[in-house]
Amino acid sequence: MAPSAPLAGPGPLIDVHAHFFFDGCGRAEWDSLNRARFRAGERIGISLHIASILGSWGRFSPTYFASPADTARGNDAMQAIAEQHPDRVRWYAAVNPNDTDFALAEIDRRVAAGAIGVKLAAARRADDSLLDPIAERAAAGGLPILHHIWQHRRRHWPSQDASDGADLARLAARHPKASFILAHIGGGGDYQHTFAAVRDVRNIYLDLSGSGVDRGMLDDAYVAVGAKRLIWGADITLCTGLAKLWALEVIGLTSDELADVKWRNAVRIFTRLQWEPGTGNRERGSRDGVTVPGSPFPVPAK
Amino acid sequence: MIDANAYIGGYPFRHIPHPEPGILARVLEREGLDGAWVGHLPSAFYRDPAPGNDELFTALAPHPQLRAAPCIRPDWPDWERALASAVDRGARAIRAYPPQWGLGADDPGMRSLCGACGDAEVPLVLTARFEDLRQRHWLDQAGDLSAAAVRGIARGNRATRILVCSAGRGTIEEVHWGLTPAEREMVFWDISWIWGPPEDELALLLRTMGSERFVYGTAWPLRLAQTPRANLALLPDDLSGVTLTDPSRW
Repeated sequence: MAPSAPLAGPGPLIDVHAHFFFDGCGRAEWDSLNRARFRAGERIGISLHIASILGSWGRFSPTYFASPADTARGNDAMQAIAEQHPDRVRWYAAVNPNDTDFALAEIDRRVAAGAIGVKLAAARRADDSLLDPIAERAAAGGLPILHHIWQHRRRHWPSQDASDGADLARLAARHPKASFILAHIGGGGDYQHTFAAVRDVRNIYLDLSGSGVDRGMLDDAYVAVGAKRLIWGADITLCTGLAKLWALEVIGLTSDELADVKWRNAVRIFTRLQWEPGTGNRERGSRDGVTVPGSPFPVPAK
Repeated sequence: MIDANAYIGGYPFRHIPHPEPGILARVLEREGLDGAWVGHLPSAFYRDPAPGNDELFTALAPHPQLRAAPCIRPDWPDWERALASAVDRGARAIRAYPPQWGLGADDPGMRSLCGACGDAEVPLVLTARFEDLRQRHWLDQAGDLSAAAVRGIARGNRATRILVCSAGRGTIEEVHWGLTPAEREMVFWDISWIWGPPEDELALLLRTMGSERFVYGTAWPLRLAQTPRANLALLPDDLSGVTLTDPSRW
């Protein structure tokens, strides 16, 4: 492979779980972190980073319990980054469901400004009724919800009101028209519990991100939900994201299934995604298939 | 280059697909590696490691590129004879698991084992963790190998190469900068559990500590063998093609 060839191979690649930082947030090295993500993204061949910023990353309010001011601050920064990099960045509106009215208004405001999904972290358990109006708004707007998950929450963990796969499954069952991305199966906890909890919940997609690279995790996820419900992401460790892409190639996925995981599933559920082929890593996607209404990007016929 | 951090055998707390030496040999070939130092994973949880060491030597015999790294427990009677036997049988390195054996940071047995490994001219291999702390089985109460424990073994050591596997940046830095320059020269780290971009912790450690302190390791079959390869591929340009220490030359 030529040195300039994408490490993940040719073809589009969408990271559905990315984060950025900004001047004044809780990370002093914010600029080098952002630049490192873009550098590694180019090397891997990431066409689009679908990203969020969780408040001020802890500077003015806790990362997982962001205040309204911080929520707006983070979304402002995220919107600015997306506007600076329209070729390779899309974004979620991150909200705290405890401030319900504010959260709904924030979703509306940010979607009008270009957000294509909703990010929920760990300020309220996923099956809490407080999330229902947000899920309804997301379903109506074609906005996938990326929900932070602790794989099999067996106790409270510090600094978050974590949800697990069973919690999210209850929310997803109440909102069958919404699409839920269950965050980072490699992000801590017992992913095997998650697979059992969401196996039959068709509107939950498993995001492969997280630092965990256990052998057997990808195999079991594939067996549990199939390639149509796996979505690639990296979160805060792009190295493990790349390793998982390489691993997917050897655990038995067909090239068609691999394309589903790498980008087609994302295009399928992010119905507001406006994405011209040939941008990002400059690899053209397949022209075969059909186009989802609202998206210019072709996806394969079911 | 070899994989200095591989195992065969099952893990007590979750199913691992095909942890057999034949599969490992194929994985090494796919990853472009010349061989591996291989431990016997179940032995870390046995009281008496001797049967596991026997299984290890037998299982690896058909695979000359897989070099045995049996474990020696320094609080077990007659461990010195077990060490001598392991070396006689061709042990390429000696593994030890202080947390799994309940040996604390100041355990004199670990210092004795370290010294004996030096006398026998075999490296001592320590394992910081097998799994992420966030996913441990409720019966797995051993905890991670602490930086204090590594420092306790490494301080005063001049003769034994100590390889610590599966450690993260925090532990690595706390040990490295907590040793004298002469002591640091004897401690090495595998890269299986050090983060790449965007945090770029591997790049930072290579710059601050020097690439000669690091070796290639995967933690197979617990973790994806592709991980260290991905991490090296994503290093910033100034570190592209960096050379790690090849422990097969020790």
